[in-house]
Amino acid sequence: MTALVTETPWIVWTIALPLAGALASFMLPRRSVAIGLAAAFATAAAAAGLVAQVVARGAVAHRIGGWDAPLGIALGADGLSALMLAMAAVVGLGVSIYARSYLAPTPEKARAFWPLLLLLWTALNGLFQSQDIFNLYVTLELLGLSAVALVALAGTGPALIGAMRYLLVSLFGSLSFLVGVALLYHTYGTLDLSLLAERSADGLPVAVPLSAMIAGMLLKTGLFPFHVWLPPAHGSARAPVSALLSALVVKASFYVLLRLWFTFQPEAPGVAVLLGVLGAIAIFWGSLQALRQRRLKLLVAYSTVAQLGYLFLAFPLAGGDPALNWGGSVYLALSHALAKGAMFLAAGGIMMEEGHDDIDGLDRVVDRMPLTLAAFALAGISLAGLPPSGGFVGKWMLLQSAMEQGLWYWALVIIVGGVLTAAYVFRVLGSAFTESAQEHEEHAVPRVMELTALTLALAAVALGFVAPWALPLLDGVLP
Amino acid sequence: MSGGLLFALGGIALFAIGISALVLRPHLLRKILALNVMASGVFLILVGGGSGVQGVDPVPQAMVITGIVVSVSATALGLALVLRIARMTGHASLPEDRNRAAAEAKAE
Amino acid sequence: MSGPSAQRPVLRAVLGLALLAVAAGLANALMAPSGFPNLTAAVDASLESSGVGNPVTAVLLNFRAYDTLLEMAVLAAALAGVWSLGRATPTLALRPSPVLVGLLRVLGPLFPIICGYLLWAGASQPGGAFQAGAVLATSAVLYVLLAREAGPRLPELPMRVAAVAGVGVFLAVGLAVMAAGGGFLEYPPALSKTLILAIETAAMISIAVTLAGLFLGGRPRSEP
Repeated sequence: MTALVTETPWIVWTIALPLAGALASFMLPRRSVAIGLAAAFATAAAAAGLVAQVVARGAVAHRIGGWDAPLGIALGADGLSALMLAMAAVVGLGVSIYARSYLAPTPEKARAFWPLLLLLWTALNGLFQSQDIFNLYVTLELLGLSAVALVALAGTGPALIGAMRYLLVSLFGSLSFLVGVALLYHTYGTLDLSLLAERSADGLPVAVPLSAMIAGMLLKTGLFPFHVWLPPAHGSARAPVSALLSALVVKASFYVLLRLWFTFQPEAPGVAVLLGVLGAIAIFWGSLQALRQRRLKLLVAYSTVAQLGYLFLAFPLAGGDPALNWGGSVYLALSHALAKGAMFLAAGGIMMEEGHDDIDGLDRVVDRMPLTLAAFALAGISLAGLPPSGGFVGKWMLLQSAMEQGLWYWALVIIVGGVLTAAYVFRVLGSAFTESAQEHEEHAVPRVMELTALTLALAAVALGFVAPWALPLLDGVLP
Repeated sequence: MSGGLLFALGGIALFAIGISALVLRPHLLRKILALNVMASGVFLILVGGGSGVQGVDPVPQAMVITGIVVSVSATALGLALVLRIARMTGHASLPEDRNRAAAEAKAE
Repeated sequence: MSGPSAQRPVLRAVLGLALLAVAAGLANALMAPSGFPNLTAAVDASLESSGVGNPVTAVLLNFRAYDTLLEMAVLAAALAGVWSLGRATPTLALRPSPVLVGLLRVLGPLFPIICGYLLWAGASQPGGAFQAGAVLATSAVLYVLLAREAGPRLPELPMRVAAVAGVGVFLAVGLAVMAAGGGFLEYPPALSKTLILAIETAAMISIAVTLAGLFLGGRPRSEP
């Protein structure tokens, strides 16, 4: 059994299985639901295998084609990759199970959903294990195109427009990244991250391409002021798609940014502070906009804009213990993925049940959907950073880092942000417990949908408990 | 300055020109074309920078072939979206660009 | 009083200056002296064991084959995306243009010959799966034009299979050589030429069908 875990090339399987599933479900559309679901389980299992392998052996690598870098492409998974893969596996599997029921009333859309979902998952797994900057570009493009197509799947006018805007921004970001790749290859003669780390030195030949690549990733992650595309796209997509986008897709570009930062370790305190400031503005702006929204899905989408801001607070806090600020940011990314995934799935359930997602018209929906509201509440607890959730652990680490370095103003940002988050979460919960005069329909919602939302929310809370085992995986990865 | 470098600098210029068209032009078709111009610029940087004293470097050329295929895929998806949007809403532009154009037309 | 009409030239000037700065920065980084060797020598050194004579083909289908695999997945994603948006809309029912019909009568048989040559030549000269696939796609697009105007229905299932075949064969070969001992896509040196040719042939067909499917703009109509 242990040989199965340590010797199997899980890296390859985490990429090959979803890809094969995507091809099969595209080739046989009438069976795409069954094929897609099977592929989802298989991919999640492969990810579990990889995580077990990394826990047992430490960082693992695979020589594609038998060629070493710089001639070939290096694939490798360390602790950070393993955590990201686990995040993608849990959310991906949850969304898949949910989507089977959610899309059942629209079989044509269901058939188109699975190839796109599996291609998106392939891109994610490939991205988290790639150590080659051009390979990262290709995975980013695969990710972007599948995500855009998934948004457009909703078919409504706002969804198509949201998808179009997302496509334009995504391509702009990718091309900016590619310019950086071109310049780095021209200067250093290699596309491999570890070789680039060895060969590069501070100065303009690194600063310019790195800035272009970071700018591209900021566009794709939706950091203020590049967030404008995010709420319309995440808010108008169908619920399982919104969950994938907010939980996973925006984290991928943030992961690339982290890898670049850890590889080149630029001496750029100005840039670090700028990222922190933009993150702080994102927290305030996103939370305030969330409070103002009428529609539940738009509130959750603006919440994503706000929560992504927290991730960038790690940059100005980089002067202290790296395990605290970077670890906190990564942990927040993981918790947000689970919590936001749960929130969007819950919102989808409410919308299916009520026929609308008007926040003020929820009319004691808690009576009809207690599980879904529990999921929403638990997710909100993690987002607001209340103990004992994963969100609390991440925020606590960032707070510690800020106080250790005497940078109390960043701590203030985190605390105020938590209050604002609680405000918009309680706005929804309060309305869910209140009667309203709004006319609504009452449809039955499959229990499976409620349970998957609840499971993801519980996972977000459980993440807080597993921190002592999860965080050490980042040793050796952080600068 | 070697010929390759001249192409690469031209590629940088194309990239910048493409960005300006992407940002300024309201029509979606123009935006997609602008992205294609930007992509062509980056490909020129790759290929132009790859010819030097060590001979012609095959890796950037392979990267450009890959990049062209990716660019074609993205353009195809973009065009399909533009067609559907135009059919559904009657316009081939994003609402914010239409509002901006209308505000400017009113101010004149 | 500044309104939109007064703001616009200012914004344009700011954008222009910003782009000038970006271009200058990029140019500066481009012209910095590069002390490091690029990969030309490394490719030349391993070219003989790669199974092909053309260095670009070797990079695309051997040294960095994984990138090519993912790039073909990008094509598939675009096709899945475009086809998910709806069915292809029929054009007006016209009589097929005699120019188009005549052209296809003459060129039709030539296309596969040209593509076959491009594919085969790619082993030692510029050419290969993508170039051949693009030319074949042109003939496929011409056929789609004929089909839309004259009415023959495009077969959806065979198109799906053909579109998927490129990535499918690539993935299958990669996993098969891994099962035989070795890494993913690690071709045994004796078989590398054959395997590359097989992958390229499937890729050529896939690219052609995918580009035709993208040109179609939606799922093929099963009824007129």
